[in-house]
Amino acid sequence: MQAFEYASPTTLQEALGLLGKSWGDTDVLAGGTDLISLMKEYLATPKRLVNIKGIKELGGIQNSKTGLRIGSTATVEELLENADVRKTFPAFTDAARGISSPQIRNMGTVGGDLCQRPRCWYYRQGFGLLATQDGKSLVPEGENKYHAILGNSGPAYFVSASSFGPALVALNAKVRLVSSSGHRDVPAARFFVTPQNEKARETALLPNEILTEIMVPQEGTKNATYEVRQKEALDWPLAAASVALKMKGSTVSSARIVLGHVAPTPWVAEKAQEALAGKAVTPETAEEVAKAAVADATPLSQNVYKVQLARVAVKRALLEAMRARA
Amino acid sequence: MSSKKDPDNPKKPRPAFSRRSFIQGVGVGTGALGSGLLETVAHTAPTDGKFAGPGVVPITLRINGKPINLSVEPRVTLIDALRNSLDSTGAKKVCDRATCGACTVIMDGKVVYSCTVLAIDAQGKDIQTIEGISQNGKLHPVSVAFVNNDAQQCGYCTPGFVMAVKGFLDKHPHPTMDDVEKGLGGNLCRCGTYVGVRKAALEAAKEMRGGRNA
Repeated sequence: MQAFEYASPTTLQEALGLLGKSWGDTDVLAGGTDLISLMKEYLATPKRLVNIKGIKELGGIQNSKTGLRIGSTATVEELLENADVRKTFPAFTDAARGISSPQIRNMGTVGGDLCQRPRCWYYRQGFGLLATQDGKSLVPEGENKYHAILGNSGPAYFVSASSFGPALVALNAKVRLVSSSGHRDVPAARFFVTPQNEKARETALLPNEILTEIMVPQEGTKNATYEVRQKEALDWPLAAASVALKMKGSTVSSARIVLGHVAPTPWVAEKAQEALAGKAVTPETAEEVAKAAVADATPLSQNVYKVQLARVAVKRALLEAMRARA
Repeated sequence: MSSKKDPDNPKKPRPAFSRRSFIQGVGVGTGALGSGLLETVAHTAPTDGKFAGPGVVPITLRINGKPINLSVEPRVTLIDALRNSLDSTGAKKVCDRATCGACTVIMDGKVVYSCTVLAIDAQGKDIQTIEGISQNGKLHPVSVAFVNNDAQQCGYCTPGFVMAVKGFLDKHPHPTMDDVEKGLGGNLCRCGTYVGVRKAALEAAKEMRGGRNA
């Protein structure tokens, strides 16, 4: 790990004043479950580190009539254990449960989950975010079994690593990004971006900004997340789906269906959303909608299997959303 | 062979040579304690006062109830501070990437990977390590249950696993086998002693409840 200067401010203003203008100047430390590993690999070599866990206003989870607010430094465990969240937004609880090591849940933060860098093994081995060599991505003809099956026309082939991203997009959440000159509330769907060049990042966050909170509107949806994974613990999903359904009686008036870990961003399955509108969720419609969700998939040489997993994730998330929760 | 201090005679000289005492001796001389000898030694450069480091800075850690002063660079992780600066080698450094659990300690009542906590960030926390869980020379019920259930083979994951079990049982005193499997998902054992570990967790749970099946 490269040496760095360290600060642990107690106010947001103080912390913002310590950030730099470009990546690599100052990194923000919260749970550290991704950043510290990146620093050990010299994939992150900040000159300064600003620990934001001492800033009280960035923590906590509050559910009110207007919406759910999740402070960016609330831990995954806090979110998992929150009874209000489990009742109203089980899509988050499901996703939090999927982050399946107690140690990671105790340390890792919700903001950190959104800001974690891709798990793409080319990126993690130092080939860069887009894994290009001689102007060409190594992924399409390389080891791509965990890479994208949607939104993968290049130059990015990695999958968004965020466990909460798909649920945030499905639930129409906004993410607050604050700099010393003000704040902007970015819809979750626009927070995650597909980088077009090696200098770009996979989120809208700028180096002089801190993600302070997540705001989720109360829309009275039935919602759920379903993840398909290789191992039960210590792993990221191979495919996931978060769904949020607005109901009119027993039929779905409008649906948000978002796939995770299959594209460089959480992936809104528009055809599936259209296919479900006006219908009741039955095992048959769930099957049909799930097929529509992956109709446009363009798998790479080694990841055709992910199409089936994503399809199953959508089907099961839909059925799970309709199930009465304890 | 052991480089541990003799509790009955703290002034007793250490064995002539051990890898640990060698590394420590070098570390003390260069101020590179805990940061790895091959890394460039950073020198404290005073900045605008808002930042500490990048050179060594004094910190205080509360370990097993005792406040301990030490000097480390901000980049030093808690596991390195424990093992390299404090000779507290119970927690093991294996993957060093928040994945295997061998470095597990309990911080403010929660299990964490000490390889992925900066020592400077662990200040003000109550840190419990494997060295601190026995009481009056008597093994902790979790440790006893590990012995009873053959829950270790090579033993390298054991200290982290014991802490993970303790942290889990402190929070879930009445676990089922399924709870135990999920609750210990953050620790790996390459010898495959999971069955013994899970049985040990259930036995320890019973013991910690006072031997009752309540």
